[in-house]
Amino acid sequence: MSTNPAPNLRNVMLNMQDLTKVYPTPNGDYVVLDNLQLQVMKEEFVSIIGHSGCGKTTLLTMIAGLNEISGGKILLNEFPISGPGPDRGVIFQSPSLLPWMTTLQNVMLGVKQVFPQASKKELNEICQYYLDKVGLGNALHKKATELSQGMQQRVGIARAFALRPKILLLDEPFGMLDSLTRAELQDVLLEIWDKEKITAIQITHDVDEAIFLADRIIMMTSGPRAQIGDILNIDFSRPRTRKDILNDPDYYHYRKHLIDFLEH
Amino acid sequence: MAETIINTPSAEKPPRYLALKRYLPSMTKIVAGLPAMGKNLGITLASMLLFLLVWQLSSSYLYGVEAESRIQRVLEEQGPAEAAKMEACIASGDVSCKPNTLPSPSEVLNAGQLLLADHFVISADKAAFVEKTAAVNAQRKAAGQAAITYTGRPSFVDQIMTSLKTVAVGFLIALFIAVPIGVLIGLNENLRVAFNWFVQVFKPVSPVVWLLLVFMIVKTLTLGSDSDTSFLISAVSVGLCSMWATLVNTSLGVSSVNQDYINVARVLKLGIVKKIFKVILPSAIPLIFTGLRITVSVAWMVLIAIELLAQSPGLGSFVWEEFQNGANDSNAKIIIAMFVIGFIGFLLDRMMYFVQRTVSFT
Repeated sequence: MSTNPAPNLRNVMLNMQDLTKVYPTPNGDYVVLDNLQLQVMKEEFVSIIGHSGCGKTTLLTMIAGLNEISGGKILLNEFPISGPGPDRGVIFQSPSLLPWMTTLQNVMLGVKQVFPQASKKELNEICQYYLDKVGLGNALHKKATELSQGMQQRVGIARAFALRPKILLLDEPFGMLDSLTRAELQDVLLEIWDKEKITAIQITHDVDEAIFLADRIIMMTSGPRAQIGDILNIDFSRPRTRKDILNDPDYYHYRKHLIDFLEH
Repeated sequence: MAETIINTPSAEKPPRYLALKRYLPSMTKIVAGLPAMGKNLGITLASMLLFLLVWQLSSSYLYGVEAESRIQRVLEEQGPAEAAKMEACIASGDVSCKPNTLPSPSEVLNAGQLLLADHFVISADKAAFVEKTAAVNAQRKAAGQAAITYTGRPSFVDQIMTSLKTVAVGFLIALFIAVPIGVLIGLNENLRVAFNWFVQVFKPVSPVVWLLLVFMIVKTLTLGSDSDTSFLISAVSVGLCSMWATLVNTSLGVSSVNQDYINVARVLKLGIVKKIFKVILPSAIPLIFTGLRITVSVAWMVLIAIELLAQSPGLGSFVWEEFQNGANDSNAKIIIAMFVIGFIGFLLDRMMYFVQRTVSFT
């Protein structure tokens, strides 16, 4: 890449260039992603939407470093990523809490890794702060197995934010929840995100969720050889409330646009 | 489980005893379970009675067969007068002509009481011995000599204690060999391949052969020392026979940790030590304990056979000695030993189950 990026590229947090993912199979290579180009700006919230099997999750796990890159590169703050790391906080689809640990211990495990110099008190304060933010300030010593799915995912959110990552990766984080809990957690996520403004990429199936959360929605074509089909900017001001957005006429235009693309 | 977490009034860490309480059944649960428990208890008692009845009937049938053949033999060899005498002798229940066969439940109960009484006699004897030698032993100790110890016959209870000691040492040997190796081969696929043939080939080997192998090695290693090696030999053999379940289960548990947990460890860039102790081992604990539970049962089962062969004291040699002895109550004593072995095995398994439940996260 050029040593002196153009001014508008200074604001790029995540830069995917010619990104390709190929799974070798006995019947020849299966190309999931083919020369994908995507830039995500600092403090931007991007949702990626598309049909199942289009390679959304593959894309996200590649950014997370959990999945190898077959071709092209991913630059985070202009540096190519190599392997997973806590600078990219992941909120997994299943909460993935360690069930033998308490809520606090689950968050602490990562915080200790990221802030090795901090005192025990400081570490505790960080964990407590984020667990308070997700509404679990009173459940610090509950075992993960004692929490409901929604509660567990709240811990997952706190764990990811507490790492103070450069970028947040959300892999259908609310896909396994019922619709009421889902809306509740979207609010929790948005509230904490509005404070922290961590660049975020979210995979979702849910059109309304994408509109509610994102600044920009990337629509992916169906695989194999998935490509970016369309991009939609969501111009609602922040902080957003569900009610305001539902009352905004633009909401229905956005929704129609997305559904037209998906049903195409 | 289902209470709302948000409304819990206090953020304080719960006291330690509350964590324990989680494992004890609550009073309401006990009361609610009473009818079902009563029914199960009834069924169990009924089947026990049936068992005793079948036992009683078969032992008296076998007694009859044995007695008949005895009378017949005397009749053929010594004539009707002697046969009539034999018949009267058997009917009187005299020890000298008692048919030797499966003992009845009441005989076994009697033998059990005798064994217990015998234990009290020996214990009293031991206590008297200690008292008698106290002064001498104090002198010997002062002079730097070894104390005089009781060398009399061990009681049945002593034999049980010896067996328990052997199985405990054997279990610890299995634990300290199988768990570390299991973790290592669970972590590394190359090591797993390297160990695979070894596990597959040696796992099915009979306890008897293990005992002989251990005997060969221990005999050479302890050349020149005159201490009794039979305890060591049987404990090591028990350990080697019983460790396989733990080895296999540990490596399975370690190699099959949920990919989600591994991903968490990768994203957090946990070091290898932290990864093992914070993620892999806790996740493998339920399977490790399943293995250990099997190990305890196998250890107890092979112990009897091994003691019997290794001539080391314990329940196994008790059974063997009674069989060789052939006294009129030997059979009953063997049956007593059988019940004791079974009951202790059951208790050991319950104990392991409780430990497993306490340390597992599920």
